[in-house]
Amino acid sequence: MSALGAFAESSVRMATPLAYAALGELVVERAGIINIGLEGMIIAGAFGALAGTGFAGVAGGLAGAAMSGVLVAGLFAIFVVGLRSDQIITGTAISLLGLGLTGALYQAMYVDAGVIGRTTTMGVWSLPLLRSIPILGPAFFAQPALTWALYAIAPALGWWLYRTPAGLALRAVGERPAAAAAAGISPSRVRTFAILFGGLMGGLSGATLVLAQVGGFAEGMSAGRGFIAIAVVALGRWTPLGVWLAALLFGAASALQFLAQAMGWSVPYQVWLSTPYVLTLLALAGARRRSVAPAALGARATE
Amino acid sequence: MRPRATHDIVLASAVLVAITGLALGVIAIGGHPVLPALAALLRGSFGSPFAFFSATLVRATPLILLGLAVGLAFRAGVLNIGGEGQFHAGACAAVTVGLALGGSLPRPLSILVTVAAGTAGGALWAGIAAILKRSFGVLEVISTLMLNFVAALAVSFLVRGPLQEPTHVYPYPPALNPSLQLPTLAADTRLHIGFLAALGLAFGLWWVLRTTARGFRLRVVGAGAAAARSAGRVDVTGVVTAAFLASGAIAGFAGAVEVTGVTHRLFEGISPGYGYSAIAVALLARLHPLAIIGTGIFFGALEAGGAAMQRDAGVPAQFALIVEALVVLCVLAIDRLGPRTSEGTQ
Amino acid sequence: MTVPAPALHLRGISKRFGSTLALDDVSFTVASGTLHALLGENGAGKTTLMRIAFGLARCDHGSIEVDGTEHHFHSSADAIAAGLGMVHQHFMLVPALTVTENIVLGDCGFFGGFHPSRAAERVRQLCEETGLGVDPLARVSELAVGAQQRVEILKAVSRNARLLIFDEPTAVLTPRETDELYSWLRVFVRGGGTVVLITHKLREALTLADDVTVLRRGRSVLQSTVHAVDEAQVVSALLGEGPALRTPSPVRVNRTTGDTVLSATSVTVADTQGSERLHGVNALVRAGEIVGIAGVEGAGQWELLRVLAGRVTPQSGSVRLPAHIGFVPEDRLRDAIIPEMTLAENVVLPRAGGLHGRIAWSTYAEKARALALDHGVRPPDARAVGTLSGGNQQKFVLARELEGSPEALVVENPTRGLDIRASDDVLERLRAARDTGCAVVMYSSDLEEIVSLADRMLVCFNGTVIETPVDTACVGRAMIGLS
Repeated sequence: MSALGAFAESSVRMATPLAYAALGELVVERAGIINIGLEGMIIAGAFGALAGTGFAGVAGGLAGAAMSGVLVAGLFAIFVVGLRSDQIITGTAISLLGLGLTGALYQAMYVDAGVIGRTTTMGVWSLPLLRSIPILGPAFFAQPALTWALYAIAPALGWWLYRTPAGLALRAVGERPAAAAAAGISPSRVRTFAILFGGLMGGLSGATLVLAQVGGFAEGMSAGRGFIAIAVVALGRWTPLGVWLAALLFGAASALQFLAQAMGWSVPYQVWLSTPYVLTLLALAGARRRSVAPAALGARATE
Repeated sequence: MRPRATHDIVLASAVLVAITGLALGVIAIGGHPVLPALAALLRGSFGSPFAFFSATLVRATPLILLGLAVGLAFRAGVLNIGGEGQFHAGACAAVTVGLALGGSLPRPLSILVTVAAGTAGGALWAGIAAILKRSFGVLEVISTLMLNFVAALAVSFLVRGPLQEPTHVYPYPPALNPSLQLPTLAADTRLHIGFLAALGLAFGLWWVLRTTARGFRLRVVGAGAAAARSAGRVDVTGVVTAAFLASGAIAGFAGAVEVTGVTHRLFEGISPGYGYSAIAVALLARLHPLAIIGTGIFFGALEAGGAAMQRDAGVPAQFALIVEALVVLCVLAIDRLGPRTSEGTQ
Repeated sequence: MTVPAPALHLRGISKRFGSTLALDDVSFTVASGTLHALLGENGAGKTTLMRIAFGLARCDHGSIEVDGTEHHFHSSADAIAAGLGMVHQHFMLVPALTVTENIVLGDCGFFGGFHPSRAAERVRQLCEETGLGVDPLARVSELAVGAQQRVEILKAVSRNARLLIFDEPTAVLTPRETDELYSWLRVFVRGGGTVVLITHKLREALTLADDVTVLRRGRSVLQSTVHAVDEAQVVSALLGEGPALRTPSPVRVNRTTGDTVLSATSVTVADTQGSERLHGVNALVRAGEIVGIAGVEGAGQWELLRVLAGRVTPQSGSVRLPAHIGFVPEDRLRDAIIPEMTLAENVVLPRAGGLHGRIAWSTYAEKARALALDHGVRPPDARAVGTLSGGNQQKFVLARELEGSPEALVVENPTRGLDIRASDDVLERLRAARDTGCAVVMYSSDLEEIVSLADRMLVCFNGTVIETPVDTACVGRAMIGLS
């Protein structure tokens, strides 16, 4: 494979877990909540994928990841929605808890028990005609099922957000919860749903790491993706398609270091890695005061 | 509607019970006896003068300083969650200047210059987010988070690039010249004067916020920006920017104190997430500078005890993270057991 | 012939907030096809009662019947399903969404599609049927206040609401918009609809309504058809005493006024979007007079008041202001006080911008206590200003702004949200300030109130200011651009 082809392929690969986490975070933020605990949901998903494959292979891994993500999200929801606690402090604690808990459980159930924490990985699906498109073909059309699923999830989310009453309710809750309540919508219920969906997607993000990429679990393997996802959402300006493209951009930036190595460019890899963050800041500054963020984002729940 | 208070008490109690169960469950699953583990935690944090002074308080120092940085910003209504990045920026600036100085200046002066450089570095890093907020209206929660990653990458670049030790084998720069290292408080302890600086700063900030016009302006802006502007004719943007920069300066100072007082060199991961823990430190103290001393020491003890627990009882180090997280969640739940207050954190 | 069941029948409703009994065994009956006015002073329980009827609050005791069927509302969704609609005083719209989206919002269905242009077409039809004109695709944040209210009504009507509850609907409307709303309400009732009008405007209630109910301190004290009562009876029910003297008719003495204290010459002000709100405006205020300001929403009075109070610097023109100006803005919880801070801290607030060094807190604590006692702020030892009632907060703000005898005082809707007694108190303070030589500028959206108080009147219209005789008719005409 050419260096460019490899670059395109690894961009999409790097983008996949980010896209899952960020599309989930998008829904959460559209309900007015900033979920700093996403990191904990991703790592829980990764561990759930490892544990699940032990019972029922890849399908069990996916189910385990989804359930673990939702479980951690449920804890976050109890505090942020049920007890109306501060979002940032709860999120910080949830991230710590996720990282600590999975690390300890992995140590106890695998390392100390002498079990090898490796899993089978998903096979690659490819579409015969499309995959022969030079460079982009293999990158987009010869990928594991989880990457393929994104091609449906991102547009479906866009349709749901802008074309269904439920999507409308979500946007209204993120903009002005009191108005949504007056229209007969329960902001608490909408927020809880959004957080659980965010957890599900965070869990699948972890599953991608384990089942489609690494083929095993490592402590702290989420590697800050939960925080990066928040940047991806901002760069994607709170729309599903935008978020998916932003995830690809972040993926490309991570992949660029390999391309640079292959091409013998002498730019330090940290420059490539920091590009997406700087781009996010520039994009936010470029939006000027024409705010695109949900108006109630980060406000402590009062109802 | 159900009475809110009853609802809260039931839910919060259920959460407390669940959290305690979870903690015990984790230890049990790990196959570790619960009591010895907790005993090791206590021994490692408060069990001996050495544990308390050389482990707990040494770890508490950056947590108190960063907690003060976060607390100051939050009091002004600035959601600066970039303490981590500003800490890194401060550490980078201090080490860069410190390596350039070497042993060329007398000790107090060279320490002063190095720490001042770190403080300025932190302020500068926060300044980027402050400008983005002031001129472009960028949410600081997001911009400071972005800058945390950029700062961590900058550390990685420096220690593998311009500042790397001469043999280019290890990813860190040479150690700082002894004349740049902070003096310890006694011969047989690792506790350095940075801890006293943290205490002094806490009292200073408390005094400034309570008694001075400047502190009052900051509190007024944080509690009600519109009233500050309309009734008080306060330059709200100016106060917000100043608080943002001061917060960054304190975080940068924390970074400089860590490299001159503890590690004596820069490396990747020099902060094991102090900047994030500090958010919990500050919020648990309800942003009160003196209470931050207490919560900072408490978190320092957890980190020190967690390390001891791994060493003595074989409990994984991640356990400290779990305890830290559960403590925060418990406090959040207990918060809802008491009378409801309208008091926000922003 | 049987009498049809009432459209809304609340029976024995009680509601307690902490230690105060907000509603005490209140029964309330609205006959189908009528317009029913619900009157009461602030804090009498009108809004609480209607929030219970609309499922936004739960009562401790009592039952709710709609069209003869008993209901237990768990949320506003249940009330909407039962055919109720509510137009809130502070509109419950999402500014970032379009008119259509706001109207569709809350219509259930999780995965069911909604097609924006088809939904907009339905809204357009609804506009035609109801005679409420509004652009379905406009963003609510771009609409004028009257149009936003029409969206609220459309939202309720689109759910087939047969009973509409209006909470102080005319408080924010221009006179013309008010007339339009009234005629729409008449049409709606004639078509078989039922309306509950929460209001504190006595005259409006008595001319418009078929029936009237008066609440006082959480009890229903009068329920009658309008034909069976006169104004004096309603007033005495409202105030709980013999026929009350509303504000004594002002005796206007010929006072000699002093030197010019505030002056603005050819002042131009633009808002943050850059559109001009005031063009080339002149105004002057002398010591010892009350200058009243009137104007419909957005006519420029907001900016004029802030220029005269020194809170906004005009883009061009010159302004002459004294060193010490008191300012009482309309939204006191947001702009005048910091609710969670102490009285002393709030007394220092006006000096916050200019103070240096240390603050002598003990001195200010004494000063705050003295001010509170002087002006009858109860309780004078309250810890946080936010714990005071609305009337006491306003007394406190006025006390603070009048402290140290300012040369000028600028006040904006100072009686909004206050009951009659507290209002009279505030207006009396303003007269007293004038009589001691203060230059007072006051805006009020209540035309009667401002005309009865002012020595001179300035009217804002479309960014210009003209002086008119102190007379309701003249001011009213000037407000809509007729002179």
